Amino acid sequence: MTRRARLIVLALGGAGLAALLIAACFDLPRFGGPWHPYGDRAVHASLARRTANTIASVNFDQRAFDTVGEMSILFASVLGTVVLLRQTRDEKRALPQPEEVALPVRRYALVVLPVAFVAGLYVIAHGQLSPGGGFQGGVVAATALHLLYLGADYRALERIRPVGLYEICDALAACAYVVTGLAGVLAGTAFLANTLLPYGTFNTLSSGGIVPVLNAAIGMEVACAVVVLLARFLDQAVEIEEESGKP
Amino acid sequence: MDDPLIVVVLLLVAATATAAVAVRDPVRQALVLSVLGVALALLFTVAQAPDVGLSQLAVGSALTPLLVMLSVRKVRRRQGDGKGRAP
Repeated sequence: MTRRARLIVLALGGAGLAALLIAACFDLPRFGGPWHPYGDRAVHASLARRTANTIASVNFDQRAFDTVGEMSILFASVLGTVVLLRQTRDEKRALPQPEEVALPVRRYALVVLPVAFVAGLYVIAHGQLSPGGGFQGGVVAATALHLLYLGADYRALERIRPVGLYEICDALAACAYVVTGLAGVLAGTAFLANTLLPYGTFNTLSSGGIVPVLNAAIGMEVACAVVVLLARFLDQAVEIEEESGKP
Repeated sequence: MDDPLIVVVLLLVAATATAAVAVRDPVRQALVLSVLGVALALLFTVAQAPDVGLSQLAVGSALTPLLVMLSVRKVRRRQGDGKGRAP
């Protein structure tokens, strides 16, 4: 195929896609309108299972299988990072020297660290009740730990962050999600079906059946995944350097 | 599109996104990206999607800029090594 023919095919395909997208845009419901067919059904289903946060119900009950996929994406990308950013044969580790931290930075980091960490855990724990959930809270809790790098130094961070342990916890949490789903199969319903646990009282921590369990698994998975991810990046940025004498 | 608050936040997002593209230095770009993350989180919150807003705040304004800055530091350190050893 010549360059000209390829350009014609590309132009045809692009024009068709653009026409379809524009036609679809004219049929969209108006911005901020009152008509929400999917939203109404999702809220109904979530209230029927006594989950206060409809988004959590969509993520961990109505579309729990989609969340397996999202979790696997995160897990696989962290696995890829760990493999790619490992210490290779021609690299060595240099211990970073402790450096003076400006006093206001140190005070700010050490005051905010526990607050941010507890806020992260709170967001995970209340995923089925209020906005937020395992993913958001996990990222907040994991990044909060890294304020120690700002407030103290890299070695202090390494002491509270044994990466191997976090890698194991990451895998365990991912397994916990799938095993909770398989429990439904064993009980005779379906993978990740929310029929196993009692639904509890609306708007309490233990409401929603399987939702808080899956939410907690995702929280643990995301927190550990982010810690491992940042640990690999920090290792490369701070510790690992090329062996001198090699080009 | 009647809500003035949404219009203001949309303009803010457009301005910060343009700034993120216009700034060429990766370190500054990471900082602008973090501001853009906050603006997007505001937009999602006024559009009544606080869940997405929280994700955006955590990932877009904290995690991504941090990863960019760490990568820049690694690249610059390697370049610095090369220059130091060359003479």
